[in-house]
Amino acid sequence: MKLWQFHGGLKLNGHKSLSSESQITPANIPPLLVLPLLQHIGEPTEAVVKVGDKVLKGQVIGHCREKDCSFLMSTPIHASSSGTVVAIENCPVPHPSGLTAPCIVIETDGEDKWIERTPIADYSTLSPTQLLYHIAKAGIVGLGGAGFPAHIKLSSKSIETLIINGAECEPYITCDDRLMREYPHDIIAGAQIISHVLGGTQRCVIAVENNKPEAYQALSEAAEGQLEVVLVPTRYPTGGERQLIQILTGKEVGRTELPAARGIVVHNVITARAVYRAVQYGRPLVSRVMTVTGKGVEKPQNLEVRFGTLMRFLIDQCGRGKARIERLIMGGPMMGFALPNEEFPIIKTTNCLIVSPADEIEKTPEPMPCIRCGACAQVCPVNLLPQQLYWYAKAKDFNKAQDYHIFDCIDCGCCAHVCPSHIPLVSYYRYAKAEIRASSQEHKQAEIAKQRHEFRTFRLERNKNERKEKLQKMKETSNASKEAAIKAALERTKAKKEQVASNEQK
Amino acid sequence: MMTAIALLAGLALIFGLLLGYASVRFKVEGDPVVDQIDAILPQQQCGKCGYPGCRPYAEAIANGEAEINLCPPGGEAGMLALANLLDREPKQLSVEHSVEPAKMVAVIEEKICIGCTLCIQACPVDAILGGPKLMHTVIAKECTGCELCVAPCPVDCIKMIPVPQAVTTWKWPYPIYKLSVITE
Repeated sequence: MKLWQFHGGLKLNGHKSLSSESQITPANIPPLLVLPLLQHIGEPTEAVVKVGDKVLKGQVIGHCREKDCSFLMSTPIHASSSGTVVAIENCPVPHPSGLTAPCIVIETDGEDKWIERTPIADYSTLSPTQLLYHIAKAGIVGLGGAGFPAHIKLSSKSIETLIINGAECEPYITCDDRLMREYPHDIIAGAQIISHVLGGTQRCVIAVENNKPEAYQALSEAAEGQLEVVLVPTRYPTGGERQLIQILTGKEVGRTELPAARGIVVHNVITARAVYRAVQYGRPLVSRVMTVTGKGVEKPQNLEVRFGTLMRFLIDQCGRGKARIERLIMGGPMMGFALPNEEFPIIKTTNCLIVSPADEIEKTPEPMPCIRCGACAQVCPVNLLPQQLYWYAKAKDFNKAQDYHIFDCIDCGCCAHVCPSHIPLVSYYRYAKAEIRASSQEHKQAEIAKQRHEFRTFRLERNKNERKEKLQKMKETSNASKEAAIKAALERTKAKKEQVASNEQK
Repeated sequence: MMTAIALLAGLALIFGLLLGYASVRFKVEGDPVVDQIDAILPQQQCGKCGYPGCRPYAEAIANGEAEINLCPPGGEAGMLALANLLDREPKQLSVEHSVEPAKMVAVIEEKICIGCTLCIQACPVDAILGGPKLMHTVIAKECTGCELCVAPCPVDCIKMIPVPQAVTTWKWPYPIYKLSVITE
């Protein structure tokens, strides 16, 4: 099969063998589960349980405002174990801001009792719409890291190519690798279901980086020639959606369009398995496979973790190292972010936790001025000019930054990684992007305020005029009735006089 | 000689007619400069500039009656945008207009509210809901934080609080780091 290349990219030291050789183990049931009401991109959900309610594993506890979420950018949240709701309050959530957000806190009872599930015996008898509805109810989001609701991608029309993403290019992370080795049949079955939901795609490709030969082997055997399994070169960021599309099809997807516009849909291998389990066993998304790695834990490994499990509990299960934990990163070392402590829950998009003691952290030298070497431009996978973007973001010249397509940047961190002056380039881009987004939001709000103000002025004017008219009318009608009354009285007296006169004449 | 004069006169007549027709046919309603200025202003309608709302201030700027540095909610960025649009010299925000406050939202302490409707009449964007002798409340989503409702309240039950930071509105901060010293 012909493969293409994307521009730039990096060969990184994988650090994958730390966690890639031990089997996926189920994580213990924690005493407390903290489930944020927003774990995906899109509309937040609202709690549909009360404090004190008993919940079962798989029960819907957070739901969007509408009765049916399947056409909205929202997915329900399910209880990930059985127990009692003890609080619905703001708790710290794993987010770069370190802020709190609404969460449902469940005290588990240790029984892990499932709610009644509705498996589908033979999915091929169902229409794509029915299956889509079933998948939307299972709360599945893109588990590669972005958290894009899966049913939105699956409702795309006229898709020719389905890509199952098993590239897993970020260092340290091995959950996709382990999953492909241990559950290849689930992934293949999931891919077939997804293909069915998309209305039968012409092509279905599973892409695996060539540093995971065992995973490739397992998938090829399980696929039995029914779909293509392709080895792609190991190069960061091959696992990026648009980069993988470029490698496999040679097509470039613009920033403003979704891959679906080009007839392509990409799903992660874990998402494919989640779809399979939702259909085959009626199992909503309540847990995921994730990597806990780094030298800060005695046994780096992959675990099947219930959402809402606190990181502290997970680190304890993996064996807390003797040295103090200096740094805790959620996600990969390139695109993840550091957390201030361990009191955060695992959410749907948590694919990795890197626990590092002081001796594992390479001290990055302090930044120096940009020397315009251009190394960043050579590695940028989307062909941007990172140093220009850096100047404009630093100078807060956001119009210029947009002219240089700052929103095409995928935050991959290649530029910062090769920068000889160690400038934290991605921080500047994130800052500029956030500012531009916020100002466009402000602009929208100003427009609404303007409309409301104009309507108010119009309304006051209208009310004033209406009142005036009413007064005028009242005056007129009262005048008219007065005149009529006087006239009638005059006529009456006139008639009386005439009568009196005629009586006298008689 | 005569033909040249006749020709030029004829041309002048033709172009004059053309221009006359165009000015009628393509007449611009309203003042586009005012619209452009209005689009830059933050539309809080707070009146801190001394004009009753953003539109009147925009008109005053367009007529050259007002300076461009009178809008505190617009801040320095707004002033610079105005300077850029009108090709005027950027001017420091004047002292009484220089406080660029954090985004605020009005909150009515509902226990104290007596339902006098004075704040409803003051709100420039109809963001307060209520009726005579009934409790009032602020529609937080529509409140622009202009503070115009605070003064009219006879029982002082309206407070301005900063808009709480949420995960969805959080912004990445400007990166600040120390440059390393190469030579002492």
